[in-house]
Amino acid sequence: MSTVAPVVQPAQPTTPEGPDFEFVKSWKVTIALSIFTVLSFLLLVVFGRDGTSTMRLSTSSDLIQLPDVELPTRVTGIVITVLLLLITGVSVWLVRAKAKAPIWLIAVYAVLVLIGFLAWAAADKSIPVPGLLFGSLSLAVPLIFGALGGVISERVGVVNIAIEGQLLAGAFTSAMVASLTRQPLLGLLAAMLAGVLVSMVLAAFAIKYFVDQVIVGVVLNVLVIGLTGFLYSQVMAPNAALLNQPPRFERINIPLLSEIPIIGPVFFRQTLIVYIMYVAVAVVFYGIFHTKWGLRLRSVGEHPQAADTVGINVASTRFWNVSIAGAIVGLGGAYFTLGSVGAFGKEMTAGAGFIALAAVIFGRWDPIRATLAALLFGFASNLQNVLSIIGSPVPSEFMLMLPYLVTIFAVAGLVGQSRGPAASGKPYIKS
Amino acid sequence: MKLELRGITKKFGALVANDHINLTVEAGEIHALLGENGAGKSTLMNVLYGLYRAEEGEILLDDVVQHFAGPGDAMAAGIGMVHQHFMLIPVFTVAENVMLGHEDTKTGGRLDLAAARKHVREISDRFGFDVDPDALVEDLPVGVQQRVEIIKAVSRDAKVLVFDEPTAVLTPQETDELMVIMRQLKEAGTSIVFITHKLREVRAVADRITVIRLGAVVGEASPTATNVELATMMVGRAVDLTVDKAPAVPGDAALVVKNLSVLDPHGQVLVNNVSFEVHNGEILAIAGVQGNGQTELTEALMGLQPRVSGEITLDGKSLRGHSVRQVLEAGVGFVPEDRTEDGLVGEFTIAENLMLDRSNDEPFVKRWNVQRALLAKFAGEKVMEFDVRSQGIDTPVGRLSGGNQQKVVLARELSRDLRLFVAAQPTRGLDVGSIEFVHERIVATRDAGTPVVVISTELDEVAALADRIMVMYRGRIVGIVPGDTPRAVLGLMMAGEAPAGEGAAA
Repeated sequence: MSTVAPVVQPAQPTTPEGPDFEFVKSWKVTIALSIFTVLSFLLLVVFGRDGTSTMRLSTSSDLIQLPDVELPTRVTGIVITVLLLLITGVSVWLVRAKAKAPIWLIAVYAVLVLIGFLAWAAADKSIPVPGLLFGSLSLAVPLIFGALGGVISERVGVVNIAIEGQLLAGAFTSAMVASLTRQPLLGLLAAMLAGVLVSMVLAAFAIKYFVDQVIVGVVLNVLVIGLTGFLYSQVMAPNAALLNQPPRFERINIPLLSEIPIIGPVFFRQTLIVYIMYVAVAVVFYGIFHTKWGLRLRSVGEHPQAADTVGINVASTRFWNVSIAGAIVGLGGAYFTLGSVGAFGKEMTAGAGFIALAAVIFGRWDPIRATLAALLFGFASNLQNVLSIIGSPVPSEFMLMLPYLVTIFAVAGLVGQSRGPAASGKPYIKS
Repeated sequence: MKLELRGITKKFGALVANDHINLTVEAGEIHALLGENGAGKSTLMNVLYGLYRAEEGEILLDDVVQHFAGPGDAMAAGIGMVHQHFMLIPVFTVAENVMLGHEDTKTGGRLDLAAARKHVREISDRFGFDVDPDALVEDLPVGVQQRVEIIKAVSRDAKVLVFDEPTAVLTPQETDELMVIMRQLKEAGTSIVFITHKLREVRAVADRITVIRLGAVVGEASPTATNVELATMMVGRAVDLTVDKAPAVPGDAALVVKNLSVLDPHGQVLVNNVSFEVHNGEILAIAGVQGNGQTELTEALMGLQPRVSGEITLDGKSLRGHSVRQVLEAGVGFVPEDRTEDGLVGEFTIAENLMLDRSNDEPFVKRWNVQRALLAKFAGEKVMEFDVRSQGIDTPVGRLSGGNQQKVVLARELSRDLRLFVAAQPTRGLDVGSIEFVHERIVATRDAGTPVVVISTELDEVAALADRIMVMYRGRIVGIVPGDTPRAVLGLMMAGEAPAGEGAAA
């Protein structure tokens, strides 16, 4: 004992700093990959088709013309199935080795599945890639505006089920105002106003009267559908020439950028609304994470009482931000009538608001991720359009399910337990 | 700054939470506000902070009457508050939490985080805190979170600082450190209102003591008053601060836990390879600061945790992997930590709550029908036996006071034939009278030969009840020591230091 140096060191924890971790094995990803590999094998190899699949990469108006890519359909299918099998094997090995499959691996897998499917569907036909992507973006625009509004609204603590109603109200109002004034810009403003009005009803009931936010949202959707449907058939349709022929925004080609192969025709030959959307995504992202406005907004959505104790007015913060969200969603509504379709139609939003809501959750309440999610959903919708145009062997009814299937799998499978704003959907009641 | 409250009256419906309260806090003094849970201390401070509007009375700062429309006004006037439930946003960093509400911005509206960080560091250095401005608040231990609250208040130049039950979540060592901080603040000229119901702390740090009971000021006391004097003032009658209990007569080992581990969904180890035994007729108290795995350990015993490895046996039969119903049928009684959340259904009546875990079969349910008459008789008996004060057995449980609610939980759990009794934080938030009652029942259960596990963060309670004490830190057992182990040793153990000599490996 006498050889031991005196050890007097109190208050030293016996365990090292930081919590202990143990890897929780999760086979979820591997199982999903296995199922898709088997399905790919069945489709691409067992029911594989012969011929050549052509991918057109340039439009006729491009300055730089890229050559078409021609793939032998059956060989492509076999090669892709082998690659998928390899990735599935890697994921099994990773779980065994107690590691997580990296996200890029899953992304590569998804792209491979997509290429395989496209090649299979386009045997002896050609797919216009810029057209496919351009259409995807077009379909995604209202979803992105809807998702941005949803992100703001949920971040401040109000669940916005009424995105659908706001889109529809925006579409109707913009068509009417733009037709009457012959000014698409005024139509745009009117759409924002309509979105704000729907939002304010939601905000008033949810924040002032503590009515359940989901119920108010659902009721508002039904109300707007009924109201616009009534006005459409009673007022708008009989006077279509006066009230439902809005001037559309012209496409504006951005010099230089619009000539980049593939990207240019997709992103930079768009209408004003789409350019506004690019700005909106950037501004909302910057605003939420880097400004005083965003800090206060998030604090109210996470812990309203804490925000209150530092002198932030919870009710008014919620009210005005939900209103701003409504204005943004309204812009998305205007895109239906002033950007893509060109006239209002009954229930023309067809559930876009709900897909936008899914994009909010899939994007984990982050404006950029929600935008990417909306783009994915837009892509799934447009894939169905393109394939039915080129005449794919898949029944069109099945293809119509595609966007919604992608939505369900994306939200349920990939997101799993994601954590939204803690106080979202909860009224803040002071005594 | 001198703070004066004159005739503050605050009502919630028919309940008078504050009844014409007068309170004066001189500049640079630590003024303790002593009272039982539910005496109206927090309500008074929320009135002061502008969170509640008082029906009557006025607030004066340096003899100037103030009108606070909200916390913003109170803060601007120089009042800061360290809340009992921290008012911090868990997903924000320390700097973001400190700057929230009075943010500095640069061009383009960009938040000036650098300035906020510098501010946090300055204040940390002044008080000798070790706080990383960029750490996420949810990752910080509660003790550090409290320091963030203090930084928050100081960064707004608070001249009057209110500490609302600040020691409830701290280890004894952290409590001592907090006392040092409070003295530091006092020397810097800050007036401090220290709200607590713990007598020892009051005597250690307060310059003056005001005691309130049932919403009214009972009187002032000096810090030299004895515990018994203070307790008598606080409760309104003579109280017995010790629990009468005979030495335990432990029998055979009943509950045997071997190498038990619990993981959370992300793989974090919440309970780390824990082994212990509880014998018939003894109370094992599990001590530790909140959040060191005690909650998860009890939930694992009850079958409420999904990712559990290791062995749990009761009387030789395994309990692990069984459903909660099977665990209950094995004779385990359980008082959950949060009675309003997990122990009771607030909208249900007392009678319905009493049969809550026996809704499957006889005697209370026959052929899918609830036996109302039998239940009424049973409930009537239990309400008498456990002294539940209410308007009748059909009163919704949510309308009862905390003490009476806890008696309903106890009545339900102790009216079955138990082979093991697990009570988590059995007296949290209760008044002294109810605490005495709950402690007596727990000791009576032990004396009937049942093994008892009590989980508590209050050292007083642990010391009063335990035959043996097991201390947990970060999911591990630091040691199992006899019930009469000195506080100082327990305090060190709660901070993770293994006790010297024998007992460490027990």
